[in-house]
Amino acid sequence: MDAIQKELLEQVAGLHEIPTGAYNIRANGTGAGRNCTEHIEIITKEDKNGIDIIIKPETKKESLHIPVIISEAGLEEAVYNDFYVGKGADVTIIAGCGIHNGGNKDSKHDGIHQFFLEEGARVRYVEKHYGRGDGKGKRIMNPQTIVHLGKDAYLEMESVQIKGVDSTNRITKADLAEGATFVVTERLMTHGTQNADSVFEVELNGEGSGAHIVSRAVASDESTQLFVSKMSGNAACNGHTECDAIIMDKAAIRAVPEISANSTDASLIHEAAIGKIAGEQIIKLMTLGLTEAEAEEQIINGFLK
Amino acid sequence: MLELRNVSCTVQDNDRDKEILKSINLTLPDNKFIVVTGPNGGGKSTLARVISGIQKTSGGQILMDGEDITNLSITDRAKKGISFAFQQPVRFKGIKVLDLIRLGAGENMSTAGACAYLSKVGLCARDYINRDVDGSLSGGELKRIEIAISLARSAPLSIFDEPEAGIDLWSFKNLIQVFEDMKKELQGSILIISHQERILNIADEIVVIAGGEVKAQGKKEDILPELLSAEDQASCRFYQ
Repeated sequence: MDAIQKELLEQVAGLHEIPTGAYNIRANGTGAGRNCTEHIEIITKEDKNGIDIIIKPETKKESLHIPVIISEAGLEEAVYNDFYVGKGADVTIIAGCGIHNGGNKDSKHDGIHQFFLEEGARVRYVEKHYGRGDGKGKRIMNPQTIVHLGKDAYLEMESVQIKGVDSTNRITKADLAEGATFVVTERLMTHGTQNADSVFEVELNGEGSGAHIVSRAVASDESTQLFVSKMSGNAACNGHTECDAIIMDKAAIRAVPEISANSTDASLIHEAAIGKIAGEQIIKLMTLGLTEAEAEEQIINGFLK
Repeated sequence: MLELRNVSCTVQDNDRDKEILKSINLTLPDNKFIVVTGPNGGGKSTLARVISGIQKTSGGQILMDGEDITNLSITDRAKKGISFAFQQPVRFKGIKVLDLIRLGAGENMSTAGACAYLSKVGLCARDYINRDVDGSLSGGELKRIEIAISLARSAPLSIFDEPEAGIDLWSFKNLIQVFEDMKKELQGSILIISHQERILNIADEIVVIAGGEVKAQGKKEDILPELLSAEDQASCRFYQ
C-alpha cells in the first residue's frame, strides 16, 4: 500500500496499521487484505462485487473494519455488502470510502450496504467519506444503506462527509420491527461547487419501535444540498427527524421533512432549520480574542463535531 | 487606565438618527471596581459595547493606557485585555463549556483548571464542564458560565453587563460573593453595569449614566447615599 492509500485509510477508518479483529480492505477495486475471526465471517460474493458478512449470534464487543480506498483516477465501481447480524450480537462496524483523484476522469464508488439484524442485535455503524487530489476528475460517492431491524434490534449510524466529495447521492432506508431502534447522526459539509443529496426513508412498523435522525450540515461557496426525510409511523411508535443547516456564501440548501402517521398511537416530530451563523456567536468569540475567520471556523467545527 | 473622550454613539431608529451616547467623558482608573448604573435606556449597555468594540462610535476617542483604540476591532481590543460578559449569553451548538473557558483563557487549560472557575460561580464543575453551551442550559446557568469565562480570562479590564439579570435569588447571593472575591483578588479593573444595591455596595466608584450622559461619577461613599435616599428613581437628581 502506498503513501496516498495509507493516508486515505487513516482518514476514513482512523487506521494507521492493520486493525485488530475482522477486516476487509478494498483498494482500487480489489481486495487488499482480509481477516475473519471466530465469530465474524467474510465471504466474497460470486454474482457481483462485494462481500457477505456473517456475524454469529451473541458475538460481543467485536469490531469489523471494511474501508474502501480508490487512488486510481477514473475507477468506477458498485459494491454490494450484506451484513447478517445474529441474535443478541453487539458489534461495531467501521466502513468508509476515501477517493484520491489526481486525474481528469471521474472516480466513483457506489456502496450498497444492507443490514439484517436479528432479535436483540446491536450495531454501531460508522461511515466516513473523504476525497482529495487535484485532478479535474470528480470524486463521486453514492452510498446506500438499507437496514432491516428485527425485534428489539438497535442500529446506531454515524455518517460523516466533511471534505472533498464532489457529488454524493446518499440513500438510507430502514424498516423496524417491534421494539427496534434506529439512530442516525449525519454530518455533512460541502464547498466549492459540490452537491450532496441525502434521503432517508424510515418505516416504523413494530409496536414500541423508535427512530431518531439528526442531520447537521454546512454548505459554503456555491455548493448545494438536499435533505429529504420521510418517516412513516405504522404502529405505536416514536419518530424524530431533525435537519439543522448552516448556509454560507452563495450556497443553497433544501430540507424536505415528511412524516406520515398511519396509526393513532404513532408519535412523530420533524424539525428543520436553515440559517447563517448567528452574528452574535461570531461577536462572542471575537470578544475572546478570535478573529472573525477563526470564530467562524470554531463555530462550524463545533456544529459538525 | 481607560479613557473616553467626547465619545458619542448614534444609531438608526425608524430611519431617524438617535443619539444613544452624547459626548461622554469618562476615566476608568486601574485596579478599581467600578459600577455603572442608571435608568433603563440611558445608554449603559451601549457604553459597555462601545468600549469592547461591538458598537461603533460616531465620534470621540477611546484610549487604553494612553493608546488610541477607537478604531481597533473587537478581536484586537480583546487581545489588548478587554473582556466582555454579555447580558444575554450566546448559545452554541456543539461547543462545550470547557471549550469556551479554554478559548477565554487563551491556552489549553487543564480540565481541572477550568473546573475551578465553574466552582467559583457556584456550578458543580463535573456536571457542566462537558455540556454544550446550548439551549439545554437555563438562562441562569448560562449567566454563571459567562462569568466563569470572564474569570478565566483575567483581563486587565473586565466588563460585565448586568450579571444579575436572569439569576434567581438563591444564586444571586453566590454571585455577590463571586464579585466580592474578585474585588479582593483584583488584578485589573472591573466595570459592572448593574442596578443592584448589593453590587453598588462593593464598588470603589460609581458612574451614573442617564439620557446618554454621565450624570455623576465619584466614590461610592459620595454617590450611593444620594441614589438610595431618593424615594424613587424619578426624583433622584442624577436621573434628571
